[in-house]
Formats: sequence, C-alpha cells, structure tokens
Amino acid sequence: MSNNEKIASFIGKKALRLTSLLIIVCFASFMLIQYSPIDPVRAYIGEMPVTAEHKAKLEAYWGVNTPPQEKFLNWAGDILKGDFGTSLIYRTPVIDVIEERFTASLILMGISWLLSGIMGFALGIIAGANQGTWVDKAIKTYCYALAAAPTFWLALLLLIVFSVYLGWFPIGLRVPIGVTADNVTFFDWLKRLILPAITLSLLDIAKITMFTREKLIEVLSSDYVLFAKARGEKGLDLILRHGVRNVALPAITLQFLGFSELFGGTVLVEQVFSYPGIGQTAVSAGLKSDVPLLLGIVIFSTLFVFFGNLIADIIYEFIDPRIKQQEALV
Amino acid sequence: MGNKAEINPKKELSTGLETVAGDRKKTEALLTVEDLSLSFTQYASGLRQTELKVISNLSIQAYKGEILAIVGSSGSGKSLLAHAILGILPLNAKLDGKMEYDGKKLTQERKKEMRGKEIALIPQAITYLDPLMKISNQVIGSVEKEKESIMKKLQREVFQRYGLKPEVERMLPHELSGGMTRRVLVSTAVISSSKLIIADEPTPGLDDKTLNETLSYFKDMADKGCAVILITHDIEAALKISHKIAVFYAGTVLEVANVEDFKNNGENLRHPYTRALWNALPQNKFQAIKGHQPMQDEVIDGCIFYDRCSKKKAICSRGIPQLKQVNGGVVRCNNAS
Ligand SMILES: Nc1ncnc2c1ncn2[C@@H]1O[C@H](COP(=O)(O)OP(=O)(O)OP(=O)(O)O)[C@@H](O)[C@H]1O
Ligand code: SF4
Ligand SMILES: [Mg+2]
Repeated sequence: MSNNEKIASFIGKKALRLTSLLIIVCFASFMLIQYSPIDPVRAYIGEMPVTAEHKAKLEAYWGVNTPPQEKFLNWAGDILKGDFGTSLIYRTPVIDVIEERFTASLILMGISWLLSGIMGFALGIIAGANQGTWVDKAIKTYCYALAAAPTFWLALLLLIVFSVYLGWFPIGLRVPIGVTADNVTFFDWLKRLILPAITLSLLDIAKITMFTREKLIEVLSSDYVLFAKARGEKGLDLILRHGVRNVALPAITLQFLGFSELFGGTVLVEQVFSYPGIGQTAVSAGLKSDVPLLLGIVIFSTLFVFFGNLIADIIYEFIDPRIKQQEALV
Repeated sequence: MGNKAEINPKKELSTGLETVAGDRKKTEALLTVEDLSLSFTQYASGLRQTELKVISNLSIQAYKGEILAIVGSSGSGKSLLAHAILGILPLNAKLDGKMEYDGKKLTQERKKEMRGKEIALIPQAITYLDPLMKISNQVIGSVEKEKESIMKKLQREVFQRYGLKPEVERMLPHELSGGMTRRVLVSTAVISSSKLIIADEPTPGLDDKTLNETLSYFKDMADKGCAVILITHDIEAALKISHKIAVFYAGTVLEVANVEDFKNNGENLRHPYTRALWNALPQNKFQAIKGHQPMQDEVIDGCIFYDRCSKKKAICSRGIPQLKQVNGGVVRCNNAS
C-alpha cells in the first residue's frame, strides 16, 4: 500500500468512527435524559412565579408534549446547523458557556498533562536506570501509594494542607470575591490554577512513571543496548542515547491515550476546588436539569477524548518507525 | 559487573596450546582463553538457588592475521563466549578461568576499557541496531564533540569502501536491505580500528553473493593483521576463509582443527564429533548423527560426547578426557592419536 493510500484509508476509517461514535453518544444521552425524571420546564422556571399560560408556552417551546423521536431529530438537526440551544441555568447560548468553561478546563488539563508527562517520564527513567536500587524502590512505592489514593481524597488533602493550614492558595473560585472578572490579574488566576493542576498531575504521574520504567528496563535488556555496551558505551550516556529515545514515543502515546481519564479526573478535581471548568459545569448542568448544556458538554467531551486517541493512533501508525520495522520482519 | 575473569599471572599457560601454534611461535596469541567456565545463578522454585553450568573447561587462542572459526550447534555456548570476552554477560553470570589479551590478563576493568576500541563485536542481526537512530550515528558510536568530524570522515571512507551510498547515513535500520545491514554491522567494527574482531553468526540468511562478500570482509581484516573470531553454524562458510576451526559442543571445545584437515572422509579429523559434522554435510555423506547434546543440568562425569559416540571405550565414561595435541591441532578424546 502506498503512503497516500494508507493515509486516505486511515482518515476514512477515523471519520466513519467519529460519526458513528457521535451518533451513538448523542442518542444514548438523549434517551437517558428523556427517560430520567428531569423536567426542563421546571428547571427553567426555577423559583420564578409564572402564569399557567406562560407555562404552557414554555412547554411548547421545550417540546414537552412532542414524541421523543421527533424531539431527537429536531435537536440533532439544530446541532447539525451549529445551534446547540440555550443553557437553562446560564440563560446564554450553550456554545458560549462551553467555550468559556472548556477553555478554563483545557488550560488546567493541559498544564497537568504536561506536568505529569514530564515528571512521570523523568521519574520512570531514573527508576528504570537504577532498577532494584533504593531509588527505584522509593519511586515505585510512591507510585503505588498514588495509584491507590482516590482523586477526591487527594484533592481534599492538598486543599486542607496548602489552602487551609498554610494559606498559600485560595480556597476555590477562580475569581476572588469582590473583584470583577476584568480585574483579575494573571497572578490571581495562576494561584487558583496551581493546586488543581498539581492534584490532577500527581494522579497521572504514577501511571506514566511505571510505564516508562517498564519500557526502559525492556530497552536496556535489548540487543541494541547490549551491542552499544559491547562498543564501550555506558552509564548516563548510554541511557540518553538509546533509552530516552526509544521510550519517549510509547510514553507520549500513552499520555494521549490518557485523555479520557484526565477528563474524568478533571470533573472531580474541579468540583473540590470550585474551579469553574467544564467538569464543574457538567455537574451543575446535571443537578439542575440543564438538558441542552448537558448534551452539548457530552458532545464536546466525546470529541476531546476522541482526538486524544486519534493523536495516539497517528503516532503509532505514522511516526514510530518501529512499527514499519516490525511489519518488515513479518 | 561481577564476572570474575581472574588470571593467575605467574602460572604458565600450559595445555600445550601454544605449541599448537608451532611454526608461529613468533606471533604470540592475541587472545588466550584457558579453562574458562561459566555458570548462571538461577532461582528455582522458592528461594532455592541453582547453578546452571553452560561453559566448562573451554580453551581457545586467537592469533593476529588469522581467522579462527568457532562452529557448533545451537546452545553450545558460542555467543556466551563472545560476551564473556567482551565482559557484557548478564549480572547473574559467574565466570572462571583465565583470559589474556596481548600478553596481559584480561580483567573486567580491562574489558570495559578495550571494548569498542581494541575488541569489537560484529553482531548477527538488525536487532542489534537502535531502531530509532540514524545509521551514521550508530556506526560512529558515542564520541566526544571534538572527534566527531574526524569520525564522520572516517565513516564516509568506510562506507565508500563497502559500497554503501551516502544516503544510507541518514537511514534508519528498518530501511536497510539484508546485504546493507551486514555491511553496516561490519563497518561498526572497522571504524573502531580494533585488533580483535568477534563476529557472531554474521552470515545466516544471506544469498551466495552477499555471503561471499561478507566473508571477504573478514578475510581483509585478517590480512590487515587483525585476529578474527568467526562464530558460525555454517562449516562450509567457515572453511572458505578460516585458518583454524574450533568445534564447540555443550559448552566446551572438542577439537581445534586446521582447515586442511577437512577433506575426503574426514580421516584427518581428530574427534568423532567433528568427523560426524563433516560427514553430515550434503556434499559429503549427508549423514546426520543421532541424538542431541546433553542438557546443561545433566551432570556428566566422562566424555561429554559419550552418549552419541560410536567409538567409545570403557574409560571414556570415567573422567573428562585430557586436551591433547595431535597432528598440529588439539582434541579432547581418548581415542585420538
Ligand atoms: N542469561 C542466561 N541464563 C541462563 N542460561 C543462559 C543465559 N544465556 C544463555 N543461556 C544458555 O546458555 C546456552 C548457550 O547459549 P549461547 O547463546 O552461547 O548459545 P549459542 O552457541 O550462541 O547458540 P546459537 O547458535 O543458538 O546462537 C544456551 O543453552 C542458553 O540457554
Ligand atoms: S573420549 Fe571416548 S566417548 Fe569421547 S569422543 Fe573420544 S572415543 Fe568417543
Ligand atoms: Mg549465538
């Protein structure tokens, strides 16, 4: 197969995959909400006093009495036109809410993703290179402990220690009380970002560290490292020349595959630190029956996780030359 | 790395091996391996440790300007000998015996210093190249910044000599063809200007043309004064270029023969096993011998070939036969004279 054909078939397959995934996810979420006891009209009205006439109008607007399949098709048609509807709790277009909240989350996730990636990789290399020594054992113990700790618990622990006792960081809310959003300094914002980002990355570090360690040990027992030794290479130089290079791609691939877990972690961490990101918004949308917002978030989260996996696949299929080598050997 | 290759400096090396050299008394052996044994510590069920002996009483010598072929079936310890000489055995390996290089004992420290400079390994397969590193960087190896440009020039020269096009420099291992891989692997040894070259099965899977070409590289190296150890399954290939052939069996050397001894029905060969190998070749009698070499955990008192030997005598099962010098070669057999 030529390279172009390969790329074309890859894109085709992935596009098909994404379309079917979105259809299934949308349909499933829609049905779940449809048959859940959520009443969008009540949610919209909230505590407002309304007349019966007004209520009937709203019911017609939300289509309470339209059959579900028709409702789904209407909604899906709107989505295709780029209209995600209006959020019930924020009273603004869903797309605006998602844009603002998703940006906040992306920054949080991006930072912790990089932090956990870099730290985890470095720790994994150190542990693997010193396999069996106390350094290795210490790093392993740390990883097991982290892997066993629930996200929620770790987040609370950090919050108690650094915000409550030490007072280094504010307790929640991205904008300090009494300051308008425009007046928030970069520093204020950064302060609110640090603890959630650290919590989120600490949880991820364990996975990437253990993976990097295993990979490095595997590489160090490979034929090519044996040959490098036979040629006089040793110590740090050997690890930098052959180890890091060969472990990096699989480790980066794993980091991209971790997007779904990262997203799951964000929902919890944002909740604990009252960080106004997409996770927290999803929770309020769910609790306050904001159906349009919830469905919008579901779609965008699906896209986010899908593209994480897609990048991992691209690295695997097109960037890592070892794949080609293995194919050549067969 | 925990391997002890202690060499007793005062004691003369005396298996009669140096007299094998006979006419070449003047050219001292570059490498002498004497009474080498190698075992692995293994953890059996629970915490019980067992010793697995894979090489025993092994002696060989390699001379400058000569090719010593090492032949023997799979698992006879050929690669491990190469790794022992280079000091790259795994941590659970225990090495005993004497090794001398250039007249001085070869300790683990000295091995570390010499590998890649004085002693070079030519590995068997492409898996010995880093899959993600460009060929030129691998051939040059790890060098100081100042030496980089000289080495680059040297590498270009070597590539030209071996007919490797300039674009090969920038390739990754998976882009090389079989013949190119071979030449690249040979280049890694040539560029190091080592005196002792150990090639571990450098020929399997090659077509006739590439095979002969590869063999000619080794011949060139020997002609330039290197000592070459050629490890191979392929007796025929070995006979084409080697001066001496050491026959390995179950972790020891049964015979070191001269190339001229391999002719007719093998009547000049000293050991029944060598004769059997010779007669198993298609162009000879094409007769394989029955059986297989003993397992490593079998304890054998007498001759290691006893079970399969058609000429065995009563004494053969009592005590390991002495290494004897016979007719310009050495052999470990009670029947040889
Ligand atoms: N790390 C190890 N631990 C235990 N046994 C080992 C180890 N490495 C090798 N051996 C054993 O030592 C024996 C000799 O191995 P070696 O690789 O030297 O054989 P070889 O003669 O090179 O064979 P081949 O022709 O297949 O390459 C084999 O039977 C192998 O199982
Ligand atoms: S020593 Fe005896 S058993 Fe061993 S090869 Fe010679 S004749 Fe055969
Ligand atoms: Mg081998």
